[in-house]
Amino acid sequence: MTLTMLSGEPEVITVGADLLGEALDFQAVPRTRVDWRPPMPGTEADLARVLADPRRGRANETAVGRLVSARPQLVGVRPAHEVLDLPKGTFLHAGPPIEWERASGPMRGALIGAMLLEGLAADAADAEERLARGQARLDSCHHHRTVGPMAGVVTSSMWMFEVRDAEHGGTAYCSLNEGLGKVLRYGAYGPEVLRRLRWMAEVLGPALQATLERSGPLDLRALTAQALQMGDELHNRNRAATSLLVRELAPEVAEAAPGHAAEVLRFINGNDHFFLNAGMAACKVSADAARNVPGSTMVVAMARNGTDFGVQVSGLGDRWFTGPAGVPDGLYLGAYGPDDANPDIGDSTITETAGLGGFAMAAAPAIVRFVGGDVSDAMAATRSMYEITLAEHPAYQIPGLDFRGTPVGVDVTLVARTGLLPTVNTGIAGRVAGTGQVGAGLVSPPASAFTTALAALAEAVDHGNGSV
Amino acid sequence: MVRVRTGVYHDSVSLMRVSRAATALPGVEVAVVAMATELNLGIAAELGFDLPKAGPADLLIALRGGGADTLEAALAELDGLLAGLSAMPAGGTAVEHPPHTVRAAARERAATLALVSVPGPYAFAEALDAVEAGLSVMIFSDNVPVEQEVLLKRRAAELGVLVMGPDCGTAVIGGAGLGFANVLRPGPVGLVAASGTGAQQVACLLDHAGVGISHLLGVGGRDLSADVGGLSTLRALEALDADPATELIVLISKPPAPEVARAVAETIAKLGTPVVTALLGPGQDDLTAATETALRALGAPVPAWPSWPAPGTAGEHAGSLRGIYSGGTLCVEARLITGSGEFTDFGDDAYTVGRAHPMIDPTLRLEALAEVPPGEVVLLDVVLGHGADPDPAATLAPAIAGAAARGVTVIVALVGSEGDPQGLNAQAEALNAAGAAVFTSNAQAAGHAAEVAAGIAR
Repeated sequence: MTLTMLSGEPEVITVGADLLGEALDFQAVPRTRVDWRPPMPGTEADLARVLADPRRGRANETAVGRLVSARPQLVGVRPAHEVLDLPKGTFLHAGPPIEWERASGPMRGALIGAMLLEGLAADAADAEERLARGQARLDSCHHHRTVGPMAGVVTSSMWMFEVRDAEHGGTAYCSLNEGLGKVLRYGAYGPEVLRRLRWMAEVLGPALQATLERSGPLDLRALTAQALQMGDELHNRNRAATSLLVRELAPEVAEAAPGHAAEVLRFINGNDHFFLNAGMAACKVSADAARNVPGSTMVVAMARNGTDFGVQVSGLGDRWFTGPAGVPDGLYLGAYGPDDANPDIGDSTITETAGLGGFAMAAAPAIVRFVGGDVSDAMAATRSMYEITLAEHPAYQIPGLDFRGTPVGVDVTLVARTGLLPTVNTGIAGRVAGTGQVGAGLVSPPASAFTTALAALAEAVDHGNGSV
Repeated sequence: MVRVRTGVYHDSVSLMRVSRAATALPGVEVAVVAMATELNLGIAAELGFDLPKAGPADLLIALRGGGADTLEAALAELDGLLAGLSAMPAGGTAVEHPPHTVRAAARERAATLALVSVPGPYAFAEALDAVEAGLSVMIFSDNVPVEQEVLLKRRAAELGVLVMGPDCGTAVIGGAGLGFANVLRPGPVGLVAASGTGAQQVACLLDHAGVGISHLLGVGGRDLSADVGGLSTLRALEALDADPATELIVLISKPPAPEVARAVAETIAKLGTPVVTALLGPGQDDLTAATETALRALGAPVPAWPSWPAPGTAGEHAGSLRGIYSGGTLCVEARLITGSGEFTDFGDDAYTVGRAHPMIDPTLRLEALAEVPPGEVVLLDVVLGHGADPDPAATLAPAIAGAAARGVTVIVALVGSEGDPQGLNAQAEALNAAGAAVFTSNAQAAGHAAEVAAGIAR
């Protein structure tokens, strides 16, 4: 039985008292110093229990392996009522479950818009009254293999991107992106908002469906990898990805929907974020492949409903662990300021869950100013995420970091140990229903979402199973 | 003046140095610079500071003294000292984005082992990172629960690495001294030690005899208990047996649990390399005798162990004996040899919660020495090497001189090598000049102390 450290030159990692590290420096022994600090307060005992779980190492390997090996493909665009269990009068929304009473301005605005879109209310006041009386059934998108940006409200008449994981066979959905400004996902419900949504259901959705029927599945893994190398981080910047999407689809759109090709392509082309929703569905189907691995401490969903920030963990089934959603720190459009901002909202944090967005900031120097910072901040943001993630994505690479894979697979134990919270890039919604987008920036999830998840993991260890 | 800095972390040893420097600043009467743990908050509250809410991840600065301006100036000085702590010391690898866990460090950089010295409750996570990354690990930290130790050592066995510790004070791997480590010549003897200072004693005596060591593998004081079952000892013995540089193995421990002793004996019987065991217990060889056995096994001459007899006439009369130790095994050995007296091991976990080891921080031992009444005999150890107090005689010699002046007889066991940064001879001469009899063999020091106490010798 040999020990490798006994042969060859010693190289030491030191953590703790600097005095002992300095003694090695004095001897000219090469060493790497760990910049250690105590874990999040109150997590010591839970950490010890969870780290000691013999299942953890292999479980996390399995979970993150599934997440990064997923091969999301855009296979269709279909009406929600066909693909989701979504009767009229049931609405899906972003984030963990929430009821009308606790819903924020933009969430309420989007739900009012949903009532009007589906013809369930005469006007906004009527819609509000009916919603307050509980006449609509609300459920979390994530409970239906679905994600939605910002308010993330999905109604039965909306058309959805359908993304299939060619590796593991899962399917996920996301609505079509309406563009910027006054849009339903930011809580606007004026006539122009509803008019656009109706056009999307009548023209855009069917045209894209016909297009995909002609083109066959579109490889979103490859498209995402390319877009990262073209300066997108796939959450707040989707310009390259949208351009690539248009390039792929344009000829087929012209053939599949000749009567509407110009307006469809003009719409897609006029919205730098059109790809976001397809990308979110791709991230969702990848993260879902990693669900329900007993003993795994990896995060499989991060999502906000405008009131709560919630996370779900692979080893803990469908349970949500929530804390108050924070107000993003960023830049504001026009005369808007922080007082106009709603707390963090949307399922688009599925991009960070899958190693994109804030985690891939180093790939997107073009938008660092938009989220308030400089290029070195972007590099630092990505680098720090390697501290709390389980792997580096084999396909999603960052040229500026020597093509290192993006940090992927947030480990709850590493968050608690380092105190580093996931970096999230996000748009900022106005707090008053109907305002729309007021800015964009960075936001930190609440630490409590992770510490309560850790406590539940510790409890699951004690019960000898992952309670999946 | 009380300040709380959030998001700033420094280890307790570094902060102790800063506290000491702060107390010496002009106009400062009391200074507490520490992480705001419950213990440290309690200390500051007892000192009469009015404290805001703070947690263990916050840095607490509490100053008292003359005038607001004086304290502001002191605070500015302090900030300079703290900034100096954050800067990378000369010789270390300057890293733009230092890793925050051993896991991240192991992922990004080449390494052969990890040295963990974070506070005990947090050591498990860092050590487990090392083991899972395929690295052997030395855990200097104490106050680590035994079930975590067992888990780490089982995982290490699966992954083919060695866990040294917890509470492992010393190791020498391929010439690199870790923790409290003496500067030793390279040579044929491999040491496996469940006792840090015991290993230092044997290694330094070998060094005095001109015999070097291949590796010194610590295993932690509990390794040979029934709970841990000698997991690291067995693995270390086998690893040294397979090491071509090791011709003889010395195993140093307190007497193991009986079932563990059997497993160790069975393993030793299977090794091709001869093993000398030094098991400190009644009827067993002391460390000096075991070292001599090892020397004879190698065919090396046994020298007279260096010593410096007490100057003057102090200690001619009998008196009761007190042991004021920093090394646990040295303390046990001395107690076994003297057979009587009141011994305290200030390196014990009970004395090191929220405080640095007495080999770094002499405060408690100096206090104990100052309280010894006239006529008594004091036996104490001084351990040199990397990591230890850079000049123990600087504080001890005046205290010894004071004790000698009161009529206390002081006998020192000085554990160190000629290559140690403190300088063995310089330390021995300073302690000797202050009035102490100095021995490099703890067993001889203890034997001498017993004789003095009994009025047999002087």
